[in-house]
Amino acid sequence: MLYLFTRFADWTIIELIGLDKDSRLGAALHFFIEDTTKIFALLIVMIYLIALARASLRIERVRDYLVGKHRLVGYGLGSFFGAITPFCSCSSIPLFLGFTSAGIPIGATMAFLLTSPLINEVAILLLGSLLGWKFTLMYIAVGMAVGIIGGFFLDSIHAERLLQPFVRKAFEASDAAPSEKSAPTASLGLRERHRFAADELLDILGRVWKWVFIGVGLGAALHGFVPEGWIEQNLGQGQWWSVPVAVLTGIPLYSNATGVIPVMESLIAHGLPVGTTLAFCMSTVAASFPEFILLKQVMQWRLLALLFAMLLVSFTVVGWIFNGLSAWII
Amino acid sequence: MKTITVLGSGCAKCTKTAETIQRVAEALKVDVTVIKDSSPQLLLQYGVMQTPAVLIDEQLMHSGSIPHRSEIEQWLLAE
Repeated sequence: MLYLFTRFADWTIIELIGLDKDSRLGAALHFFIEDTTKIFALLIVMIYLIALARASLRIERVRDYLVGKHRLVGYGLGSFFGAITPFCSCSSIPLFLGFTSAGIPIGATMAFLLTSPLINEVAILLLGSLLGWKFTLMYIAVGMAVGIIGGFFLDSIHAERLLQPFVRKAFEASDAAPSEKSAPTASLGLRERHRFAADELLDILGRVWKWVFIGVGLGAALHGFVPEGWIEQNLGQGQWWSVPVAVLTGIPLYSNATGVIPVMESLIAHGLPVGTTLAFCMSTVAASFPEFILLKQVMQWRLLALLFAMLLVSFTVVGWIFNGLSAWII
Repeated sequence: MKTITVLGSGCAKCTKTAETIQRVAEALKVDVTVIKDSSPQLLLQYGVMQTPAVLIDEQLMHSGSIPHRSEIEQWLLAE
């Protein structure tokens, strides 16, 4: 079905504008038109359907479900809920406080917060349609692994010592028993679900539409204007140093998954190895200074620095591993 | 006079919530003080897990989204 969008781009470029599809400008414009129309069509349909299905998933219920779970189970669940719960970075502080004061270990909470920006329905949708299901599955596995391993690591160094004092106090005061005060779960009718889904669709589209244009625009520029073969010749062998360089390059770039995935598509098409691309993408999405500064309200500097270093190391390792396995993946 | 506090760490929706409440109050000619508060302690105290949240005279009325106009009118007109 997706070939419709390729046809549409063909038609626009060749018939309507009258450009050669293989010229630089033509190739860039073709990429831009095909990807933006495809992405917006998919986003509108899928965000609505997914929101319809998860209208009754409340963050308070996730919290109540996580309370009192065994630590090891908590990492997996935290990461899983991080992936399926809608999330905006401005909610990370209240969420962190809500989880922590309910007695959920910091490892499970951070598994949630680390996975959340990496995996969401928009990211999965884009990856699936632009890079194929193998890559998408791999991406989900890696995103969850980063959360789970990160959570495990933070608990094993007793990261709760490095919280801000008032948060630590709230954590220690909780009795880690399932909370009694959880709101009764009203069953939602189709009308409420529709209203929720429509609100959600507008909200998410309102947040991501500009990222789609920026991301696809950059991808298109790369596609049309980076000389054919340049990336492949210079970085195509997956040289070990190219991965940490990709991670470092990603830090100052502040984008969400929506903006970076079309760039990944273009980079991979130009012969950048999968692991290097993945490392760059994850670093751009998950290691961003503005969000870390927000977390300062609940964490001490030492924990923030530790968290940051942990992310950089894990993205580098992920990149190396996947460069090694790349023959299987794409 | 009602004191309305909007809780949230400075996200766009929090600002918009405060503005909307102020505007509705002016339209209804109800005298209110709207304050924005981003302190994490307050979030913890009221158990708010999704911002923006709205407190009226220290009572939690709403959290997780920009409240609808009809809701705000109800709050403001309630005695």
